[in-house]
Amino acid sequence: MKLLRVKAITKKELIQIWRDPLSLAMALLMPVILLFIYGYAITFDIDNISTVVYDMDKSSLSREFVNQFHESGYFTVRSYVEGYTAIDPYLESGEARVALVIPGDFSERIRKNENAPVEVIIDGGDSNTATIAQGYTTAIAETFSHRIRGKTLTPLVSSRSRVWYNTELKSRNFIIPGLIAIIMSVIIALLSALTIAREWDRGTMEQLIATPVKAPELILGKLIPYFLIGFADTILSIIISTLLFDVPLRGSITLLLVLSGIFLFGGLSFGILVSIAGRTQLVASQAALITSFLPAFMLSGFIFSISNMPKPLQIVTYFMPARYFVSILKGIFLKGSSLKVLWLEATLLSLFAILVFILANRKFRKRVE
Amino acid sequence: MTGMGQDSVAVAVKDLRRLFGDFVAVDSINLTVPKGEIFGFLGPNGAGKSTTIRMLCGLLAPSGGNGTVGGFDINRESEAIKGIIGYMSQKFSLYDELTVEENINFFGGVYNVPKEKKGARKQWVLDMAGLAEEKKTLTRTLATGFKQRLALGCAILHEPSIIFLDEPTSGVDPISRRNFWRLIGEMSLAGTTVFVTTHYMDEADYCDRLALIYRGKIIAEGTPTDLRKRYMTRHVLEVEVDRVVEAMDILTQKNIDAAIFGSGLHVIVDDVQTGKERILNAFEESGIAVRGLEKIVPTLEDVFVTLIEVS
Repeated sequence: MKLLRVKAITKKELIQIWRDPLSLAMALLMPVILLFIYGYAITFDIDNISTVVYDMDKSSLSREFVNQFHESGYFTVRSYVEGYTAIDPYLESGEARVALVIPGDFSERIRKNENAPVEVIIDGGDSNTATIAQGYTTAIAETFSHRIRGKTLTPLVSSRSRVWYNTELKSRNFIIPGLIAIIMSVIIALLSALTIAREWDRGTMEQLIATPVKAPELILGKLIPYFLIGFADTILSIIISTLLFDVPLRGSITLLLVLSGIFLFGGLSFGILVSIAGRTQLVASQAALITSFLPAFMLSGFIFSISNMPKPLQIVTYFMPARYFVSILKGIFLKGSSLKVLWLEATLLSLFAILVFILANRKFRKRVE
Repeated sequence: MTGMGQDSVAVAVKDLRRLFGDFVAVDSINLTVPKGEIFGFLGPNGAGKSTTIRMLCGLLAPSGGNGTVGGFDINRESEAIKGIIGYMSQKFSLYDELTVEENINFFGGVYNVPKEKKGARKQWVLDMAGLAEEKKTLTRTLATGFKQRLALGCAILHEPSIIFLDEPTSGVDPISRRNFWRLIGEMSLAGTTVFVTTHYMDEADYCDRLALIYRGKIIAEGTPTDLRKRYMTRHVLEVEVDRVVEAMDILTQKNIDAAIFGSGLHVIVDDVQTGKERILNAFEESGIAVRGLEKIVPTLEDVFVTLIEVS
């Protein structure tokens, strides 16, 4: 392998990228835009759930209970209604997602030290929100009863969850590191998928393969510029995550960058492999999108927990480099994990990168057929 | 070629074949090109010219047969061949978004032109292509003639001993074409072997030797003079008339071989005297005025038209 050739190809690619400001802007701005869109849109935190209240009791105790709901911050009381039929329009129109119904004997039962059930009607259309709202409701009711009954009642068995790593339970903290992996997967695949195919489409490949250039020289020469872009994207994403979204970065930034570099190398090699196999830009970019975005999104454990997947699908996830990168990012960001913990992920990621690079080299033929 | 040592041969192939599915693109051809020769590979579009040149340059695997280019085996040593040849594909495949100079630098790097030679080679290409003042111009904006010469320059930056040019003059204006052939002549004089394909028959006379390929087979081979003598046993009459298309139809109806040639007709006859009489009679009947009628030395195009008609 001659470094001079690699240098010539890298230089040429850089000039081509530089002369195409639109794609350069896309390459550098896309992660920023995606991070903003998804960072704000994908959130599992629920607060200010609009709520209607049907208070049949109208006592000071019932008002106190409603107040407790309101002050929790999770619920916002939109209005008070009289009668069940008045609740319907609120839930149907989506103006309210929760209705709190307090029966007429609420305060009387409490005074008699009896169980005082309240009714909570939840819009189940968005099951995720519904489940969470249900949890909040139970918690608020429990707190309330503890407070008014003092310590007279020893609680029966109660489970207590303690949250680690993401103590504020801010879903953003958990989403953003994973999101970086998804965005990087897609961008590097899209960028590199065009490189080889573009030369075929424009007819410049025939000239290039008639020279003594070797496959690794060509692939490396094309990979380096996009590696630089990908690396810039990674740094940009880390800055946005920590400074704008306040995601804690507890681990070593060097380790994060090194492992990101390995992931980038593998992802770019994969994109180039797709580009070699796809032959035309259209086929290659479609294939790159399908093979990068969907698996990264669905099978990396970014959103859907891998341990909850059916067994066969779990096996498939082992072949997804994004899976390892998601664990690495979450580990370094939230847990401050070191290489001692992440060695397996790091090894598999490196293995994938080397394997795909070799495969791309083998797949590349200096022939026109 | 008898009496020729291995070291004086640039290209030699035997029974070279290439199939695309059932289609026989190149049908068992044999060729020998001595060093330093301008070898013209002629034929209509789709005859198998590009397929042959690609097999010689290691861009396409032959389906059968064997051969050498610069002493390297075309089946097994295609990468070694790529190091000693210059190849210019049909489309002058330069990078449009690079400047003239950047294109030269790129190919200089890919061909590994030694550092101490780089500057001189670059200047040589710029001068040869007439682009010394246009170094910083984007290749996209160049006229076709300039692109063609720049593409040639990029393909021979490393001073290869054999150059393969696939339709180097297609789409280029006549003056640029003439300049281009002059360049090729100069390189041949300097000892470079030039293997060139073209479908412009009028360019055949620039070559030392020719092979005519038609439907994948070589149907004639020799020097331009040879070919004229050997294959042109009939005579060619040049006829000057006004309405050429109509005039040709009239002759064709009378079973006289005629082809439009520039602003007149070339008519092929067995005997000059009786031929002239038949032509004049035919035009007299239809009222077409004949402004000139004489026997000429056949052009190579006449030779090829006749050869293709025979096969």
